[in-house]
Amino acid sequence: MSAAAANSLYAGRRRRNAIAKTLALAATIFGLGWLVLILGVLLFHGLSGLSLAVFTENTPPPGAAGGLANAIIGSVIMTVLAVIIGTPIGILAGTYLAEYGRHDKLSNVVRFINDILLSAPSIVIGLFIYEVMVAPMGHFSGYAGAVALAVIVIPVVVRTTEDMLTLVPDTLREAAASIGLPRSLMIMRIAYRAAQAGIVTGILLAIARISGETAPLLFTALNNQFWSLNMNAPMPSLPVVIFQFALSPYEEWQKLAWTGALLITVTVLALSIFARSLTATRKQ
Amino acid sequence: MGSRGRDVSEVALRDANVTARESSSRAAVLRRLRLNDRIFHGLTRGAALTVLALLSGVIIALIIGAAPALGTFGFSFLTSQSWNPVTEKFGALAPIYGTLVTSFIAMVIAVPVGLMVAFFLTELCPMVLRRPIGIAIELLAGIPSIIYGIWGLFVFAPFLQKYVQPFLIDTFGSIPILGTLFEGPPYGIGMLTAGLILAIMVLPFVTSISRDVFSAVPPVLKEAAYGVGCTTWEVFRNVVLPYTRVGVIGGFMLGLGRALGETMAVTFVIGNAHKVSASILAPGTTISASIANEFTEAVGDLYTSSLIALGLILFFITFIVLAIARYLLARMNRLG
Repeated sequence: MSAAAANSLYAGRRRRNAIAKTLALAATIFGLGWLVLILGVLLFHGLSGLSLAVFTENTPPPGAAGGLANAIIGSVIMTVLAVIIGTPIGILAGTYLAEYGRHDKLSNVVRFINDILLSAPSIVIGLFIYEVMVAPMGHFSGYAGAVALAVIVIPVVVRTTEDMLTLVPDTLREAAASIGLPRSLMIMRIAYRAAQAGIVTGILLAIARISGETAPLLFTALNNQFWSLNMNAPMPSLPVVIFQFALSPYEEWQKLAWTGALLITVTVLALSIFARSLTATRKQ
Repeated sequence: MGSRGRDVSEVALRDANVTARESSSRAAVLRRLRLNDRIFHGLTRGAALTVLALLSGVIIALIIGAAPALGTFGFSFLTSQSWNPVTEKFGALAPIYGTLVTSFIAMVIAVPVGLMVAFFLTELCPMVLRRPIGIAIELLAGIPSIIYGIWGLFVFAPFLQKYVQPFLIDTFGSIPILGTLFEGPPYGIGMLTAGLILAIMVLPFVTSISRDVFSAVPPVLKEAAYGVGCTTWEVFRNVVLPYTRVGVIGGFMLGLGRALGETMAVTFVIGNAHKVSASILAPGTTISASIANEFTEAVGDLYTSSLIALGLILFFITFIVLAIARYLLARMNRLG
């Protein structure tokens, strides 16, 4: 090979390298650009409609002014109930995977199924709860909405609990066993305490996940124009109200939808940043 | 002396009593602890079985709900395009087609972009920026899909209608075969818009999983490649990518699973037309969008059952895709 050919080969490789690097940078800017763009638009539209009335007044009939108070309280109630139902099951199942059956057959199956549930389409969860709760009860209800959300909470909590318990060093467990601590106490007093921050992170991430979920609520909790704390009746929620209002032709409704979207996004981002900071400080 | 002796014996007697009581209570305590242990073990096992029960419950409930529709239409449910609540003729072809097309558009865009972002994050990015950018990408993944939906409806779709779609129609519309993809007026909403929004939503998934598997490559492999004079791109292309191939494909499948099942973002911008169109600018529908839009308004058992049958098909497709994803990612982890 002549020196010139070798040189041109080398130049070509360098050029390809430079092109690839530029493309990578461009792709990153492109990817992050969406985040900036979406948040920017959301702030712009959402802030203009933000006022005290949003938190104190109920969703208005078409063409009137109002707020989102009933939707916010509905979301909060259903989210809290979903976490109360889902978290204990999730933590216990995660405990089984990490402490009792680390390598047994059941655990492998549960782990696989849990991963499937983790990314299963949430609308299918809604259909499931409709079939087992709404149809037999004969009406939509806040309970059904909360249970649907709980089904989404469980796999998230199972996963993080297992991961976090697996990170607890076995020497801690052995030390506890050597002073005669029964296994259940070892798990509750030692392993849980060591994995505390991680488990809380998992719960927070689960809350973040369900506070924006719309699809599973559409035909479980349905919606309600009025202030309602009755969980046995249709219950309004922020995401479903956003869905209904955004697709409506009324300007007041669309404005409220944007404001609601801003509220949800701020909540979700704050929760996930807080959750991350919990585990981040522990790592150092 | 006498009184003292009595004291001692009393003390001894008391001690004996205490020991007897203690040993019996120790046995009781141990029994209680063993019982607690067994109860706790049982509880955790029960919770683990609950996870299994949930998935089986989902499958059984969907099959029972879908039975009337599948029984009535049989195999033609999968091949028929008609969706007519009045005559009660239902076929799933249009929603299935829409689901596949929008997911395909999403993957075609998200996969290369996601790979390049992961390449940037693992090989090129200055150390100080790696964590913040990584977190920002993950936050993008955390934004609820309804936010993408409302943004897509009010901002993105009008933008596409005004600028991008007329350009596509003018540029490609007159080319014979390619042109059919871009036929019809620029509605703004439609399959292309839905696919693009899905791409934005899937991008963070592809990126963060690719980044994770890329950083699992043993440094010595990369160092060896750099040592023989490879450029950064060549190291990535010829060492990192082949080594992590299985995991990267697993990441794609995970993203695909999300795109297939995504509901709200798509429902806003797909246009809800039950028909199969060659043009990606045309409105269409997806499985999840049909369910979200029509389920509460569906009157008649057959209509409801048809929508549940759609859900069953969706669950079946995503189950397979996700199962493959998990299998590949697990294989990658064993390698790494």
